[in-house]
Parts: sequence; C-alpha cells; structure tokens
Amino acid sequence: MSNETKLIFQHSRPGRGANAQAPKPVSEDQLSAIPASLRRKQKPGLPEVSELDVVRHYTNLSSKNFAIDKQFYPLGSCTMKYNPRGANRAAMLPGFLARHPLAPASHSQGYLACLYDLQNFLKEVTGMKGVSLAPMAGAQGEFAGVAMIRAYHDARNDDGRTEILIPEAAHGTNPATAVMCGYKVREVPVGKDGDVDLEALKQACGPQTAGLMMTNPSTCGVFERQIEAIAKTVHDAGGLLYYDGANLNAILGKVRPGDMGFDVIHMNLHKTFATPHGGGGPGAGPVGVSQRLLPYLPTPMAGLDEDSGEYSWIDTDTLPTSIGHLSAFMGNAGVLLRAYFYAMVLGREGMIRVGEYSTLAANYLLKRLQQVGYTAAYPERRASHEFILTLAKEAKELNVTAMDVAKRLLDYNQHAPTTYFPLLVPECLLIEPTETESKEAMDDFIAAMEAILHEAKTDPDMVKEAPFTQPVRRLDDVKAARELDLTWSE
Amino acid sequence: MPYIPHTPDDVSAMLDAIGAERIEDLFDEIPAHLKAGSSLDALPEGRGEMEVTRLMAERAEQDRYALSFLGGGAYQHHIPAAVWEIATRGEFYTAYTPYQAEASQGTLQVIYEYQTLIARLTGMDVANASVYDGASGLAEAVLMALRANRKSKSNRVLVPEALNPRYRSACDAIVRNQDVALDTVPFCGQAGQTLADSLSQYEGQDYAALVISQPNYFGSLEDVDALTDWAHANSMLVIAVVNPTSLALLTPPGEWGSEGADIVVGEGQPLGIPLSSGGPYFGFMACKQKHVRQMPGRIIGRTVDLEGKQGFTLTLQAREQHIRRSKATSNICTNQGLAMTAATIYMSLIGPDGLASVAGHCHANTQKLADKLTAIDGVERAFTAPTFHEVVLFLPQDADTVLAKLAEKDILGGLSLAKDYGMQNAILVNATEVHTEGDLDLFVAAMKEVLA
Ligand SMILES: Cc1ncc(COP(=O)(O)O)c(C=O)c1O
Repeated sequence: MSNETKLIFQHSRPGRGANAQAPKPVSEDQLSAIPASLRRKQKPGLPEVSELDVVRHYTNLSSKNFAIDKQFYPLGSCTMKYNPRGANRAAMLPGFLARHPLAPASHSQGYLACLYDLQNFLKEVTGMKGVSLAPMAGAQGEFAGVAMIRAYHDARNDDGRTEILIPEAAHGTNPATAVMCGYKVREVPVGKDGDVDLEALKQACGPQTAGLMMTNPSTCGVFERQIEAIAKTVHDAGGLLYYDGANLNAILGKVRPGDMGFDVIHMNLHKTFATPHGGGGPGAGPVGVSQRLLPYLPTPMAGLDEDSGEYSWIDTDTLPTSIGHLSAFMGNAGVLLRAYFYAMVLGREGMIRVGEYSTLAANYLLKRLQQVGYTAAYPERRASHEFILTLAKEAKELNVTAMDVAKRLLDYNQHAPTTYFPLLVPECLLIEPTETESKEAMDDFIAAMEAILHEAKTDPDMVKEAPFTQPVRRLDDVKAARELDLTWSE
Repeated sequence: MPYIPHTPDDVSAMLDAIGAERIEDLFDEIPAHLKAGSSLDALPEGRGEMEVTRLMAERAEQDRYALSFLGGGAYQHHIPAAVWEIATRGEFYTAYTPYQAEASQGTLQVIYEYQTLIARLTGMDVANASVYDGASGLAEAVLMALRANRKSKSNRVLVPEALNPRYRSACDAIVRNQDVALDTVPFCGQAGQTLADSLSQYEGQDYAALVISQPNYFGSLEDVDALTDWAHANSMLVIAVVNPTSLALLTPPGEWGSEGADIVVGEGQPLGIPLSSGGPYFGFMACKQKHVRQMPGRIIGRTVDLEGKQGFTLTLQAREQHIRRSKATSNICTNQGLAMTAATIYMSLIGPDGLASVAGHCHANTQKLADKLTAIDGVERAFTAPTFHEVVLFLPQDADTVLAKLAEKDILGGLSLAKDYGMQNAILVNATEVHTEGDLDLFVAAMKEVLA
C-alpha cells in the first residue's frame, strides 16, 4: 500500500506541466474578440505538475482503496459482483466513444441497435410492457417512476392522491424521491418476520394513496410473501405499485416484477447487470412499466422501423405525454453499453443462474455465520441474495457494535458489509455475497467473522479501536463536520 | 457458467451446509404460480466474450466516422491517454461509495482534490461530488436556491430563453413536480444575448433566483456582471451555468458583479470525458460557503484520525437521503464518481496554462471557422455578441436540409435551431482544439457544394 500523503497541489511547481498534452498557447491577438471585462484576471489554481507526477500520484492513491478487483466486497443492497473487463473494452470502442450525443440517427445505427436490444432484453427479464433506459441511477429511475405515477393520476384528473406509501425498511432514496415528486410520505410498518404489516397497510390505503414503493426481496433480505395481497390492497384503493429493483439480482429468472403485479419498476444496472460502481458511480436506472404507464415513459428511447430496419429515436415529439428528458442527452450511455455486453454474454440461461447462485451463496453464508455464533435478524426466513445479522446482543454484552466488527473486518482484508441499514434492525450488518464469489472467498470471510467474534469476547477494546492496517485509523467525523475543511489552500 | 465460479462439488457442499436438496428449494417462499412467467424464452442464448465483442465492434464501426462540428453542451477535446488508463484501474473502477473511509482513502482524497479544483476554477468556496450531468444539476441548483433564498417566498425562478433548451426541458421535467415555475427571460434577437433591459419587467417581483448561462446556448458571452448585480438588487440568488473549459479565460462566477454568483453548475464532460453518446458525464456544482448545508450530493471533508494523521471522510451527511430520508436535500445516491475521477486527473494534467490554451484554441478555431463560412455567399453570423467556442450562422437555405446533405458527406455541420427557436435557417457551430485547418477547410468546401 502506498504512503502517498501529499495532495496533488503540494507537488505543484510554477512552470512545470504535462507539456505533451496541451496545445501551444494562442496569442492575445486571437483572443481580442473577448471583451477585457469578461476575462479572468488570475489563472485558476490548478496544479503545475509533470505527467509522471500525475500518473504516480493517482496510481498511488488508487492503491489506498478496497475494490471488488482486490477484495471480497459484501456490501448489502449494492450487488458488488465482478465487473467484466470485456464490457469495459466493448463500451470503450472508438466508434462508441467518439459518437456525439446529437449525431443524426444515420450515424448512430449501431449504437441505437444496442440500446434497442437492451430495452427488449430488460422487458423480457422483468415482465414489463415497455422500458426506457434514460434514468442515470437508481434514484433517478425512482424519480421517473413516481413522476409517471403522478402523470397517470393527473391525466385522469384524479388529483386527491397526495401520498406515497413506503415500508419503514425502505432505502432512503424512496422517501426522498416521493418528496421530489411532490408527494407526502406515509411509512408502513414492517412485522417481526420482515414482511410488511398488511393490516397496517390496509389502514393506510385510501383515496389519498397515489402508490406504494416496495423493494422485493425487501431490504430486510427476505422475499415479501404477501406480495399479491399487497398489490390487491393498493390497486383496490386506486394506487399504483412501484418496484424498487435494487434487489432484482435475487429473483432474476425466478419471478418477474411484472408477474407480481407491479405497475412500474426501476433496475440498477450497476448492480444487477454488473456495470462498475466507479467509487460512487456512474450507474444506470432504467424504468419498466405496465401497459397503462406506457405513454409516460421518459425520453429518449430507441425505436425500430420494422419495414426499413432503421433505428430511430423516440422523443417527446412522437410521445408528447412523456414525463420528458431527465438529462441533457441520453442518460449514461456508456453504462448501458456495458450492461448490454453483460446481458449478451449471460443470455437466457445466465440470467436464470444469477438468481439461483446469488441466492445459494447468501443462504450458505447465512447458515455458516449462524453456526459460528452470529444472530440472524430473521432466523425463520430463507435469505434472498442477501441477509441481515444483528449484533444487538454483542453490543449490549460486550460493548462491541456492528460498526466495530465492520472496521475490524478491514484488518482481515475483507470489505465491510452495509452497516446500520435498514434502520429498523438494531446493530445490523446487511451482507450480500453475489454469485461471482467462490466458496473459498466466502469461507475466508466466515473465518474472519469467527475470529472477530472471538476477539470481541476476549479483547473487545482492541476490536473497538480497529482498523490497524489501513492507511489511516478511525477518523474524527465530528471534527470533519464541525470544522469544515472541504477545499485545500496553501 | 460465465462469471460464476462454482463447481458441482461446491454446489453440493453449500446445499449440504444449508440443509437443502436443490437450489430450487431456496425459492420456496415465492408463491409457485407467480414463477410461471419466468421462462425467459424470448432471450437469446448466452455467448462468449469473443462473439459479443465482435458483435459490438461491428456495431461501433457501423456508426460511421464523421467530421463533427456539433456542440450544444458536449464537446470534442483531446483526452490525455493517462486519464482513462488510471481511472479504469480496478481500484477506482470497482470500488463504491466510500462509506468505509479507512479503506477508501484513495477515492476520498481524489474527491477532496476535485472539490478544490472545481472551487478554484469557478471561484467559489465549496463544491460537491457530484450530480448526474449539467442539466439535472441545474434542476438541483434550482431546488437548492428555493431552500437557500430565505428572503423569497416564491416557487419561481427566472431562466433565460438563451439557455441550452435541453437544460431547460430536463430541469422543468424534474422541478415541475414540486410546482416550481421557470419563467422565461427573452433574448435580444440582434445581439443573441440576455440584456439587462429585458429584466426590468420582473423588477420588484418575487423570484428565488435568476439563472445566467455563460456562454449561452448560442455561444454568446453575456454581460454577467450587470445580470448578477440586477438579480442581487432584486433579492434573487444567481445560479451560474458555465462551461468549465471557458473558465480558464473567462471571469469565474465567484467574481461576477459585486458579490459573485451564489450557486454554480455545469457539464463536466469537457474535462476529459469522451463524448460517448451523452454519458456517463458528470455535473459539477459549487456554491458559497453559507449555502453548503443546502447543497445536494456527496461532500468530503479533511480531518484527522485517532493518531492525528490527516484523513478524508464523507461529511455533512445529515443533508443526504440515507440519513434524512424525506427531508433530504435530494434523492441522489449513486452519482458520477468515475467521471469525476477522470476529470480530476485531466485537470491535473492539463494545468492552468494548458486549460487556457485549450480554451484559446477553441475560441480561435471557432472564430476562424465562422470567418471562413461567412465568406460564402448568403452565410452570415446571426448575432452581434462576442462568442466563446460556438456561433450561430444564418444559411441561405433551410438548415435541416443543409445539415442532412452535409451528413451524407459524413460532415456533421452543426445543430439546427429550427425546432427549439423556430429559426429555420440557423445552425449552431462549434470548433475546438482538435480541429485542424484542414478540417475547417473540408467543412467549408462541403458547405459550398451543398449550398451551390
Ligand atoms: C434498495 C435501494 N433502493 C434504491 C437505491 C438507489 O439507487 P442509486 O444509488 O443507483 O441511485 C439503492 C442503492 O443505492 C438501494 O440499495
């Protein structure tokens, strides 16, 4: 691991530069058309460094990261599966990289063909009637989905529907999205077995209900068994059913959101379709809809003229009821191409295997972790592609929290699971191994967890101080927030 | 099994441990009749990396090479080889949001450097990392301005007609759900600019913010000082929409007028991101310190660890959806991290003088192209305002027809303003540092032929 501690600015020396990169300066003469009053008075403070300085600095920084390519990364709800290198190479083919987003369809047939095929692939996999690839991440897919629900009610002049129902275990993007779409949020409680409290849902549903946002398998890591009764309850009240596809990996090839009665869904291609997470993004959050929401899909979409065999864009001029554009151009095109590659390599059989083997891995890991002494949050339930451990007992008896175990895992060269989500399970670790991890990788993780539990019992103070092997020890988050230092100055 | 490592022995060992006979048993909580639809018969059979790569390579080649002068919010620039060689290292490419700070110091330090670079380029105090793109970033800025402007009670924002129409439509699609109205400030048909005069009709009215685009969609440079001061005099915040390349030459928004812009957004694509059909790009967003708690998205702070050593961590998370849920500043979660990483490397490589010379060549090449094209009979500059690296030209014929004929010659000769502005004969043309004199001459010769 590198010990690079300087900032790029600290490598800067006046007059140095990566001189192979920039063209020769233009003369002041050539800039004379720009009024002096609009000209910048001082150079922007970018660093003055050589090409090698830059390459070495960022290469060294990269080595301070955990990543799927280096470690087991069981971050629940994020589906950190292997990101095929072939997908990256295909998306970075010069023909794709050079294409301007507004190039005419005549110069975009190959690209449009990929998008068109991907739309159809996703339709089939999810059982929906139409798909738009436009949203740029899961949260934007949610936005598109709820905006379509709103457009649907508006078109019917059904304007007393002011509320979106959301199970309390839901991801934070769900309530935040509902508010961005102009709705009030009403939370629905979740029962001890991880399923939605159906009676409470029935109470909450009414003429003010615009829809329900659900994740299934839920963020509790279990399949919602009453899904049909839930769908009926919401539909009977005149609301629509939204499917948060963050956990689609678990059910690929097993059961489709369309067949469960969902009206609108989003998918996270950066989870289920193996596109990279890039240290925080980019993602892609395509939306799928049932028949009644087809008119509202976000644009642009890829269309095919069956007679001429030509692909074209479907835009707001041909679909004026659309909720419109969510970005300047066509969303995260390069992510879509990577997902397309993945879909084509896996094909039908591969899709079915994703659901099967991710579920197998999670159930194996859960069972083994229970055997070494951990407590499952929902011990009576099958795991989906992920599951929750609760460390409430350890926190109470040993004063070792979920956070402490997460930090100590880093010392065992294992990325930590998701911690403290969902909020309703105390001291929780949400663990998702994915189908691409070998049994040996999982066994190493199990061994680390077992060792940590032993440490927690014999030397809790040490565990509370972990990690010891990383570039930094635990950080002072309070200081970070109190004494804001968000930019560097000399 | 592509990307799945398990041998038959592994599978039986795992099933044994679970106490299940078949994998199918693990799905016994799903109602059986719901599973019927999933035979997925319409999907193709899987293929190997070689076949899929071949298919995609054929398709990539089908998108014929063309000499392009398209801009409109996405621009061709030289991208140093090192940018993507490093950004696609697995350590950056396959990590996620740096929730575990100790094991993510690489990404976290990159972001801190990025925040610093964007703040310096825009002349603002702080920046986030990041929003999806320039257009959706504008929507976030509008919503942020409504929260931040405590003097205003309105849900209205003034937006220039000369703003990129794609920004306007995406912004509207996002904010209209919260009953936010975007009112249009017309541009001067002669200058191609938004004049302070056209604002007088809004004087004394309650608007939360004025959006100023520098340059505007026509490439024209606005009198940003006058517009900024007018907005502040009328208790509005100023949202600047800027091109990052141009900032090497132009007054940064932090210095506009007497107080500077309040929020700055823009499309980060020109900073080392390939055109790639429109994404992934990234939206950058910066603001004055006093508004930082209203900003959406990830923000990284510098702090110390247990031993007093410098370290970086996510901060001000109480603004974000995973903490605040329905009260969050935005629903954004996954952002454009990798593109932001690439941009950080780009800005470091290109340096302050390099960026100024890129911007200078963009400007000079566009001027030269406009001069050459307007030497053709009947081709004229549409507006009188000075421009940065795009310019609107009037053609003696219908723009869509001319552009289609040029495209047949594999020249993408600009964007038509017919649909967005009803200017049937007008095209928006861009040149950057990548265009050679020969490229410009090819375009001019083709234009002559088409118009003849
Ligand atoms: C359950 C759930 N819903 C929604 C999201 C939001 O997706 P994104 O981060 O792509 O915006 C996530 C992931 O982060 C999630 O885990």
